[in-house]
Amino acid sequence: MSEQIEQAIARKYDAGFVSEVESDTFAVGLDESVIRRISAMKNEPEWMLEWRLKAYRSWLKMDEPDWAHVDYPKIDFQSISYYSAPKSMKDKPKSLDEVDPELLRTYEKLGIPLHEQEMLAGVAVDAVFDSVSVVTTFRAKLEEAGVIFCPISEAIQKYPDLVKKYLGTVVPQRDNYFAALNSAVFTDGSFVYIPKGTRCPMELSTYFRINELNTGQFERTLIVAEEGSYVSYLEGCTAPQRDENQLHAAVVELVAMDDSEIKYSTVQNWYPGDENGKGGIYNFVTKRGLAETNAKISWTQVETGSAITWKYPSCILKGDNSVGEFYSVALTRGRQQADTGTKMIHMGKNTRSTIISKGISAGHSSNAYRGLVRMGPNADGARNFTECDSLLIGDKCGAHTFPYIESRNPSAIVEHEATTSKVSDDQLFLCRQRGLDPEKAVSMIVNGFCKEVFKELPMEFAVEAGKLLEISLEGSVG
Amino acid sequence: MMLSIKDLHASIDGKEILKGLNLDIKPGEVHAIMGPNGAGKSTLGYVLSGRDGYQADSGTAQFNGADLFDLEVEERAQAGLFLAFQYPVEIPGVSNMEFMKESVNAIREKRGDDPLSASDFLKKAKEACKQVDLPLAFLKRGVNEGFSGGEKKRNEIMQMILLEPKLCILDESDSGLDVDALQVVANGVNSQRDGKRSFIVVTHYQRLLDYIEPDYVHILADGKIVKSGDASLAKEVEKTGYAWLGAKAEEADA
Repeated sequence: MSEQIEQAIARKYDAGFVSEVESDTFAVGLDESVIRRISAMKNEPEWMLEWRLKAYRSWLKMDEPDWAHVDYPKIDFQSISYYSAPKSMKDKPKSLDEVDPELLRTYEKLGIPLHEQEMLAGVAVDAVFDSVSVVTTFRAKLEEAGVIFCPISEAIQKYPDLVKKYLGTVVPQRDNYFAALNSAVFTDGSFVYIPKGTRCPMELSTYFRINELNTGQFERTLIVAEEGSYVSYLEGCTAPQRDENQLHAAVVELVAMDDSEIKYSTVQNWYPGDENGKGGIYNFVTKRGLAETNAKISWTQVETGSAITWKYPSCILKGDNSVGEFYSVALTRGRQQADTGTKMIHMGKNTRSTIISKGISAGHSSNAYRGLVRMGPNADGARNFTECDSLLIGDKCGAHTFPYIESRNPSAIVEHEATTSKVSDDQLFLCRQRGLDPEKAVSMIVNGFCKEVFKELPMEFAVEAGKLLEISLEGSVG
Repeated sequence: MMLSIKDLHASIDGKEILKGLNLDIKPGEVHAIMGPNGAGKSTLGYVLSGRDGYQADSGTAQFNGADLFDLEVEERAQAGLFLAFQYPVEIPGVSNMEFMKESVNAIREKRGDDPLSASDFLKKAKEACKQVDLPLAFLKRGVNEGFSGGEKKRNEIMQMILLEPKLCILDESDSGLDVDALQVVANGVNSQRDGKRSFIVVTHYQRLLDYIEPDYVHILADGKIVKSGDASLAKEVEKTGYAWLGAKAEEADA
């Protein structure tokens, strides 16, 4: 069977095309002048530039971390361009009609039509292309509800007090090597502000696209949910198929005030490289949320792309009774490497967290779950439940689990369950004997394995995620 | 002829298991295959359905005019060949409902029929569920996930009913069943006897044949059919065991 499964998981990457767009791209290299130029391109106030420079100076003194279960040649940060934007975006188009049709076509091809009437009803989109936001839809409708949803570069200009108040409060500039780099050179991303007592009337989503060669994408997203508010946010990511590796180092900060809820979902499908490991995105991401009293933060991620994934969406459960959730599906095939998981930091009393992680490894790939559950001394009655399942397809891949549990409170309860299974000959034979071809069979078995996580995704995207796994596993069965 | 097997030889891991088997089955017929352990009964089902590692060394099997061994596993299923497993495997997280709907529609597509709508399928599935005496909740549960042995066997029969195959191979569908469950399985099978559909009932014991009356009984020993007869042959076996087959069968039984 292994042969059939191997064929069934042979890669095909649908988002690998390049858009013919003329861009202004910085020459490769990084020093203070590059940071000043980025800041100038974005018309930033002085305080923002100073903030960036401070981060840059910290970064220079830091070392690239090497504790993750991934293996890649040292990144040459001087061979990357830190800013690239389509020329047509220079004049800041005021409406969709003024946006370069080639850009709109790009998103259309990716299944994200940006004309509001063609879109999924109930979903607002911020489309980020290389280093700039192309368009943010449904802004008027959101403004009616008092919700701010705009590119972060615009928020820095229009809502400087809000940005200043929260930026870097959850992920400090010096948090880690890649977060420091991001703080210095971030270009665009989304800013979301939900006022007190407001339920955001639509799903918000940001779609990140890397297009230009040799550029890095440094996205920065900040979501603030005021007291008693609710928002569901989703991000998607793709990139062209190229032989060179490209760097994506993002920082996402979530602030959930008392009694609020933030649901953050990711469907990550960056170019994973070819079957021999050539090309692909290096995805080094820091995502963290801070939950105040009775607040809830829920991370759901479906990670199918990237040559390397280094990502640990985390929750700081500061307030009493706050809740953190992490639901993850990570699929690796070919030579992909993923080291992903979460941190649940329980500080408040009766805080609760749930971790459900599903790792699927195929081909020669390596898939690691790394998670920390920390029960602080004041976390009386805190509870965590962790379930960590690995599914192996074929016999050349690896699955690893690195759970860290630290409990400083005797009344806290931590549960950890882990399983490893294989797509077996018997399962495949049963499916085929019932008339299903091997591709459909493998995809069905894998989807079944992921079910617990998919049901956490917003409805529209659960279907999308299922399909993405299907495409990821699709191949020519001869 | 529905199925015509001529001089079939097959080996597993280099050991010859089937050694020149011949069998003809007409539409609507029920053939029981009995024999001692190790005679090659399960192997026959696997070779016919195309399981990896169970390829024919030589010989032919014509299935409704097509050469069975030219077809992939799923193509044989789509052509109407169904195997009820002796040890059905679990597929966690994939509901019975989803699994059967995909299967039924994959087969319908090959036959040029439109796929069944969700509501039409549900109606059929509920009926099939009732027929094998499984609670409707089983449709929502993962395929065989946490099912008891008897539930798994009944689930196999439910799948058979839904897929409406032309030829059903039941591989020891009676093993591990109590009398009540045996009756349920047999009723499920009998409900599908419509004069056109054919069955190969593989069993070690005669008792299943009390409930599913075969047109023919064949004794398989040492990779060949050594004796064929009507239902009375099964009763004879019950009385005398397989010892009368002689040294060869004893050897295979060991």
